[in-house]
Amino acid sequence: MQTFRLVKVAGKSIIKNKMRTLLTMLGIIIGVGAVIIMVAIGEGAQGQIEQQIENLGTNMIVITPGAATTSGASQGFGSFSRLTGEDAIKIRNESIYAAGVSPVMSSFFAQIVGGEGNHRASILGVTPEYQTIRNWNTTSGRFFTAQEERTGKKVVVLGQTVVKQLFGTRDPVGERVVVNRIPMEVIGVLESKGQTPDGNDQDDFIIIPFTTAQNRIGGRSFIRQILISTYTPQDIPAAQEEIGAILRESHGLAEWEADDFQVRNQEQLSEAAQGTTEVMTALLAAIASISLLVGGIGIMNIMLVSVTERTREIGIRMAIGARGSDVLTQFLIESIVMSILGGALGVALGVGGSSLLGSTMGWATAVNPETVMIAIAFSAAVGIFFGFYPARKAASLNPIDALRFE
Amino acid sequence: MSEKQAVIRVKGIRKTYLMGKTKVHALQGVDFQVMQGELVAIMGASGSGKSTLMNIIGGLDYPSSGSYFLDDIEVNKLSKNDLADIRNQKIGFVFQGFNLLARTSALENTELPLLYDRSKRIKNHKAAAQKSLERVGLGNRVDHFPNELSGGQQQRVAIARALVTNPSLVLADEPTGNLDSKTTVEVMKLFQELNEEGVTIILVTHEDEVARYAKRIVELRDGKIIRDVEQTPDSAARDLEELLARRARENDIEEPEAAEAD
Repeated sequence: MQTFRLVKVAGKSIIKNKMRTLLTMLGIIIGVGAVIIMVAIGEGAQGQIEQQIENLGTNMIVITPGAATTSGASQGFGSFSRLTGEDAIKIRNESIYAAGVSPVMSSFFAQIVGGEGNHRASILGVTPEYQTIRNWNTTSGRFFTAQEERTGKKVVVLGQTVVKQLFGTRDPVGERVVVNRIPMEVIGVLESKGQTPDGNDQDDFIIIPFTTAQNRIGGRSFIRQILISTYTPQDIPAAQEEIGAILRESHGLAEWEADDFQVRNQEQLSEAAQGTTEVMTALLAAIASISLLVGGIGIMNIMLVSVTERTREIGIRMAIGARGSDVLTQFLIESIVMSILGGALGVALGVGGSSLLGSTMGWATAVNPETVMIAIAFSAAVGIFFGFYPARKAASLNPIDALRFE
Repeated sequence: MSEKQAVIRVKGIRKTYLMGKTKVHALQGVDFQVMQGELVAIMGASGSGKSTLMNIIGGLDYPSSGSYFLDDIEVNKLSKNDLADIRNQKIGFVFQGFNLLARTSALENTELPLLYDRSKRIKNHKAAAQKSLERVGLGNRVDHFPNELSGGQQQRVAIARALVTNPSLVLADEPTGNLDSKTTVEVMKLFQELNEEGVTIILVTHEDEVARYAKRIVELRDGKIIRDVEQTPDSAARDLEELLARRARENDIEEPEAAEAD
């Protein structure tokens, strides 16, 4: 009824007690700020992972060894791998859906010597289809051919970071590098893919033909993944089923035995990744929400003190005609205004803090308007929830007693 | 408007309340009327029931039995919310301790009742408050805070606040209790002037000297009216000396500190 006037009354009371108001709001400011920063970190990580998975390529299926490896969590090369080059060949020969098949053999940290120095980077052994599956162009030179792959030619394609380390700004195509004491010819340089969310450099590696990797580098026949692309996105489910069957046959699994490999498409990969980051985001938000709760209790505490302190004022207001509901509304508005104001300052703190984290720590953070809206709505709800009890206490005072209160 | 219209009609009012385990019969059948334009002093020692009667007349409390009409509205049958509206529109309170809001200007204090006025009779709150302050002679103090005003001025602000809604009745509870003699006379003079202008006023006091300004005295003892007499009120100026003399006799020459509501 007179809500606008009561807002003014509440506003005046808040302004008259600046210090108390600020201290009361501090809890909400920190709470909302923390929620926004935490969610921003979580969502930033999620966004990067999604982008990274999109970056992987198109119409892609990934086969990984083992039953329960989570995406990207390598257990160390060959630790329990049961994928082989033969699996890849069998898929290429038998699958009708597979457009391209590339086994990926990887070894962490090979010594590369060449150009102006030496550098340690990971090595990938792949077939030429790898380039089309991952949709990865060269900025200089070329990828190796099927012929070069089959015959195990000692050729190498470098990632951007390796080029920078060994050759600076010079174009390395045609130069020679020594990889684990084996001299190889640089035939191409790949375009940059940037960093993963956890800070891994995706350009710090070299690619050599799969056969060469098998023969010269590792000598091991187990491989980390097999990448497959289909002709169209619609083929993916059928292809997954078909490839599963081919691999079971290749591994000689009996009917009752479980798969010792995983066949996943990009969507499933991103789901798995999202699942993890969503849990992380929720956890962070939950922890931050506790501080918001504590902030709310702070408001209740101050409001209760304020009601006692202002008993006389309440008595006066009632004597001159304030209804219980007017007093209730006044105190409720006071706590809501404080919590919304605190929420707004908290949003500023959260947005500022997130971008500060982004620029100084290099963390990916993403503040979306939805989070901001929810944070403000939540702080208002905190104001109502924790303001109601003190406000009701004020409204239920007997004016005669309130007027006598010293 | 006829001259002799009853503002208040109290019929057989009793009030009993519990104080710990003992029943206190604060009012034991009180009957009286107050006509429009009267200036009545309700007197009695502490414990006589005058505060209880004032609370009931002021719409702050309900009687245990009996009926109370204010402007022909049976107040004892109203809900709490309606009672709040009655207090707002028909009654102007003046308290002993002034009861002004601290850190709030005289104008805003005076405006306060209009904030809760649901009838919306008065449109321009600021103008009404300004007018009311001018009426009590504080037109030049509107922006002052209570702690910048003397006790007498604070009580004037409280009177302006009581008048701002044009109430049927101004109810003053020991309005001079916190004031020195000189200011007491000033405030009583103001009440007399307002009464001349037609405002109906009920004073509650225990001081004979204060009651002498009233046109009528109602005295309570043990919850009953023992005296109800009309009188020719003393003029404020003549009484000043007498009051000063009495208070001097009682070693009450020191002026009491001006209290302030928080």
